[in-house]
This record gives sequence, C-alpha cells and structure tokens, in this order.
Amino acid sequence: MNLKLTEEERAFRDELRTFFTTEIPADVRSKVAAGKPLGKDDFIATQRILHARGLAVPNWPVEWGGQDWTPMQRNIWLSEMQLASVPEPLPFNASMIGPVIAQFGSQAMKERFLPATANLDIWWCQGFSEPEAGSDLASLKTRAVRDGDDYIVNGQKTWTTLAQHADWIFCLVRTNPDVKKQAGISMLLIDMNTPGVTRRPIKLIDGSHEVNEVFFEDVRVPAENLVGEENTGWTQAKFLLGNERTGIARVGATKVKLARAKSLAADIAVGDGTLLSDPLFASRLAELENELLALELTQLRVVAGSADGKPNPASSLLKIRGSELQQAATELLVDVAGPDSLPSGASDIDSPEWAQLTTPAYLNTRKVTIYGGSSEVQRSIIASSILGL
Amino acid sequence: MNFELDTEQDLLRKTVRDMLTAAYDVEARNRVSGSDLGWSPEVWKQLAELGVLGLPFAEEYGGMGAGPVEVMAVMTEFGRTLAPEPVLAAVYLPGGLVAELGSDAQRSELVPRLSEGDLRLAFAHDEPGSRWPTVDVATTAARDGDRWLLSGRKNPVLHGDCADIVIVSAKLPDGGVGLFLVDAGADGLSRTVYRTNDERRGAQIVLDGVAAQPLGDAVDASAAITAAVVRAQAALCAEAVGAIDASVQLTTGYLKQRKQFGVPLSMFQALTHRAADMYVLYELAASMSLYATMALADGIVDPIIASRAKLQVGRTARKVGQEAVQMHGGIGVTAEHSIGHYLSRLTAIEHTLGTMDDHLRVLAGGVTSYDRVEIAGM
Repeated sequence: MNLKLTEEERAFRDELRTFFTTEIPADVRSKVAAGKPLGKDDFIATQRILHARGLAVPNWPVEWGGQDWTPMQRNIWLSEMQLASVPEPLPFNASMIGPVIAQFGSQAMKERFLPATANLDIWWCQGFSEPEAGSDLASLKTRAVRDGDDYIVNGQKTWTTLAQHADWIFCLVRTNPDVKKQAGISMLLIDMNTPGVTRRPIKLIDGSHEVNEVFFEDVRVPAENLVGEENTGWTQAKFLLGNERTGIARVGATKVKLARAKSLAADIAVGDGTLLSDPLFASRLAELENELLALELTQLRVVAGSADGKPNPASSLLKIRGSELQQAATELLVDVAGPDSLPSGASDIDSPEWAQLTTPAYLNTRKVTIYGGSSEVQRSIIASSILGL
Repeated sequence: MNFELDTEQDLLRKTVRDMLTAAYDVEARNRVSGSDLGWSPEVWKQLAELGVLGLPFAEEYGGMGAGPVEVMAVMTEFGRTLAPEPVLAAVYLPGGLVAELGSDAQRSELVPRLSEGDLRLAFAHDEPGSRWPTVDVATTAARDGDRWLLSGRKNPVLHGDCADIVIVSAKLPDGGVGLFLVDAGADGLSRTVYRTNDERRGAQIVLDGVAAQPLGDAVDASAAITAAVVRAQAALCAEAVGAIDASVQLTTGYLKQRKQFGVPLSMFQALTHRAADMYVLYELAASMSLYATMALADGIVDPIIASRAKLQVGRTARKVGQEAVQMHGGIGVTAEHSIGHYLSRLTAIEHTLGTMDDHLRVLAGGVTSYDRVEIAGM
C-alpha cells in the first residue's frame, strides 16, 4: 500500500497546474469559478489552447491526438483542470462521439471528423433521449429508413444540451423495428443544417437555455454517415455511456465550491461573529468536506485499481455520490447567500452578483442526479452488478 | 499509488480470517460471550502462535515487526467475524505504549509476554465525566520517597477485568500527564468488572494510594497518549469496516434467500436500492479507513486524519447497522442471528475513542485553518 504519487506523477501534476493557471485565459477561469455562464467562444478558445498542447482529447488513441497516459495521469489531468476552474473540453466532442468514431468509424469517417472534433471546429450535440425514451433509452422511436444512398430520418430528440451551438448531432435511430429493441438501433451523424432539422429551446428552472428539443422531418442523411454497421448502435451507445461515467464525480469542482463557500461565509456577519465561525455552519461544512475526501479516496482506489482502463461498476458509486455532493455544495452556497439569493439578475442593488447567481446554480444542479444515468439507474446497476441482487 | 495488500499481508489476512471463521459461528460466539471471560483462551493461544498478538512489536521483543497495514488487515477480520478476543484493548494499544515509552527493562519484561499471550494489559485513561479527547485527568500521581502513589477513578477501562497490569494516566506533581504501570492486584486498587452492551468486558478501577511504577520516566506522556489513541482509532475503524462489510454481505444474502409474497425479497426494488446505498456507504468508509492506516504507515500520526476516518466510518456504521437489522425483519432483533450482534458491536465502536459528534466538533473547529480540503501526504 502506498498513498503517494510517484515523482513522475507529481512532476506531471505540477506541469499541468502551471499550464492551466497561466495559459488558459483568466477571465474564462474566473467565470467558471464564480459560476457564471460561459459563451460559445469561451469553450472554443479554451479547447483550442488545450488541444495545441495535446490536452483536449487525451483519452483518444494516440494517432488521433490522444495521449498514452495511465489512468492516474488522466485522473490528475481532470482533477487539475477542475481545481484551476478550466472549462473541460466539450464532452460531446471529447468524451462522447470522438472515442466512438475512433473505435467504430471507417478510416474516411475518422479523417473527416476526428481532427475537427478535437479542435472544436465542429460542435457536436447528443441525440439520444426522446420524450418516451429516458432511462429506458433502448425504446427510442426516431426512425431511419434506407432510401438509395441515404437514410430518411423522422422523429424527435430531447434534452439536447447546447444544440443551439451545434454543427452536428450524433443520433441513435431505429433502423429495424421488428427485432428486440436493442438490436434495431443505429448511430447516424447528422449535419444540423440539413433541411428538415429544427430545434426548439427548452427553458430550464434557472431561466437558462441549456437544452433543446430537436425535430427531424424527412431529413435526408447520406448512408456514409452511419457509424459502423447498421443495427449495431446499441453497442456504440454502451461504449459511449461507459466513457461518460468516468470522471463524473467532479471532486475537484466541488472542492473549489466548498472553498468558495468558506471564503464567502467568512465575510458574512452572524451574531457577534461571522457565518464561518458559527459552529452550526462550520460543522455542516466540515461534514461535507469529509464526505468529499472519502469520495476522492474512493475515486483514487478505482483509478489505481483500473490498470486496463475498463469501466468499473464501482463508477456507479462515484456518479451517485459525486452528483449528490455537487448538489450539496450548491445548496450550501445558496444558504450562505441567504436573502441575497432572492433577486435575479438585478444590477445596481446591494445584493451582490455572486449571491444572485447561487439560486440558479442550485436549481440547475438538480440535473446532475438525473443525467448520465440517474441515481436510481446507478443503484440498480450496483444492486445487480456488484451485489448480485 | 496502491491501495492493495501485498502478498504477505493478504496471506496474513486470509490466515486470520480462516482461523476466526472456524472458531466462531453464532452459537460458539454466544457461548464464549456468555462465559466469565467473554472470550476464548484457546483462540488467544492460537492468535499467539500465529504471531497475531505480537504483530506490531519489534522482533527483538518476540514480535513480528509489522506495521499499521498488517494491524488493519487483522482488525478487519476481527470485525468481520465479531471475534471477541481483546487484541486491541489488551495488547496493541497498551503494548504500543510500553514499546514506545517503557524502559529497556519494562519492554523486555512485558512485550515478549504480551506476544506470547501470557500477559494482558489495559489502558486506564478515561475517567467519569471525561470525553474524548481526554487531555486532562483528575487521577493524581504523588511521590512517596522513591515510590509513586496513584489515586483516582478510571472508567470505562475496556477489558480492564482481565488485565494483569494496568497502564494508568495520572497528573504529575509538576504538571503534565504521566503514565504508570499498576499491578491489577495491588493494595488500594479496587476493580468493579462489568459486561458491555456489545457483550465485551470492562471495569471501573478505583485507585487509593496505589503503588505504581512510571512507564519509562515520570514525564509528560501526552504526545505518546495522543499517538496511541490515533493508532487505536485507525484500528477500530478497520474493525468496523470488517463488521460493516459482513453486515452488507449478510443483508444481500438474506434478500436473495428470504421469500415473501412468493418471491425472494431481492425482487423488491425498495430493498435492493437500499442495499445499494449500504454498499456505497461501505466503500466510502473503507476508503477513509485505508487513508487513516496508510497515513500511519507513511509516518503521519495526525489526530485530524483519525477524526476524519472515525466520523466517516461512524456515519456508515450507524446507517448500515440500522438498515441491516431493518431489512432482516424480526430475526434481526434477536440474539439468535448475527446481524443484531454486528449492530451492537458497531454501536460500541461508534462510542469508543470519540463519538461522531466529538470528531465533527474537532473537524469543524479546524475548517478555517485551510482553504481546500486535501488528502495529506499524497
């Protein structure tokens, strides 16, 4: 047993720490640290800086811009980005479709899409969920029918995050309705500018426009945009979702939030002292820090034990607990803000901007126990895969 | 970074597990727990022969020269099997104090006998009204010519009933808390023995001018006491993790085997999701317990880390213990099934060397001393 990083790992960490805190624009990092929304350009600028240093898509095969890193190095990379409040590479590109194309796509498809995907020249969005297919994803109904060299796609996707910025969408579509539901699904890459594709924004409880509905009406998609073979989409989807779950605990980001709550609470008067010196608040904070440390150690156990990099069923634990603690941190911040959390987007009043932003962040973060496999889905995975129930 | 036991450590764990599993099923444990001593001299002898009693002590004193990781591995198996032998209270904790502070003569006299299973000590530190962290004591040590005489009350003294020699903490005439060796049969020492709620044993010890020998020199031993407590807290956490693991296993086994409404209980998602939560809590507790042990193995003796582990493990112990009994239904509250005994033992551990609230109080008092919470020694 050994708790220490190796000399090389420590040097690697220090190098990344320096890079992230000096090369990524300070205004972008301070927006992330303060919980302010990022613009499309912020994502693009950051990802291009990262990619120029080989730090945007390290999980990809080396020949497509990836890095031959150990699981521990990947963990350090992610952790340091979060601790430095660097916006992570766009997950739809870097963690989702990129690795799928690299694994299942033809050589032509790889050459066409991978370099542009890594550099965020193409902005991807994810066309998986449908109104009637949420946790039960395989029951999706969007239909793709072969017509000569094309597929004709009809149907609807929903919860499509940042589709308003997207150039392309990777879609799960039904290509065979007559077999077991998982066996009739394919993955298609669809240009968002194709005639028949429309988007409708969905306003969220925090007032933000983050997700969308995407409609397909007789959309013609060239058959060359099929990923892998027809009706193998479920395999690709499982591969993608397995990648999605790694690093989902977001320990570093929650650490930053707790530290922020601490420094904000030190400036808020309560009784004769500050909120931070109030034993009730301090114990709530201490308890959360302890829970977070336990999660970080558990994540390190998974990382140190996963030499082959395969998805580990214990990652369900990281998703459950990581999402709960992200939520707990946003709850803490809104409680720190107190009555100043009530105004929304008001300037020229005494409620500070940070306090006004805590409620939207809290409300928005309710999503994290729902997306990426809800906590209930994760519990079912643990019960069946780990406990044998 | 590596969180796994090495081959030898794993072999030690397996050996201890096999030995204790063979010694104790529910009936055997109930029988032994009901005896006067509350544990088995035969098993004690086997533990001595395997080297378990001498595990953390130097080889020159008949020990195995092993470290915190080996202690953790062994304690986890004691927790898993609910074996009642007091290795921590009677050997590791007080023996560690002798090994650290004792004179050469004291070490060579006491430690080999501990390792061989011929001697039991107890650590008499807590007093009526004291709560962890017990830094001050009312018991006094007074000089009487070339003798030391101790007076005071000590309770609870875990497994103080069977101790041959008691290590007593007492206030020194010039300040500080010193440690003294007291013969359990000495004049002026009275001992009221009792059973604890987890079917272990304890004693209240009252000292009225009892002749005592300083452990090493009669100087302030506060730092050594703190360090010994930190080690004991890590060991208790490891024991709890074993008991928690066993509780989760027993519960999932029961869900598969017990049928109601014509189907196994495992068909009810209301139950399987709660079992999943128990597993999540178990892993978080195991991680914190590993942290406490690995820090010690790296030479970091930090009460804050011990408090972190004790708090996390305590939270898990409380929840898993309660859920395990609830999901077993009526049989869970009987003495005939193991699961209730696990709850009892976990409850005792939660209240030994600091409750969850005690540890949270310490951690809350320290939040202003750093910015971001970090793993120490990484």
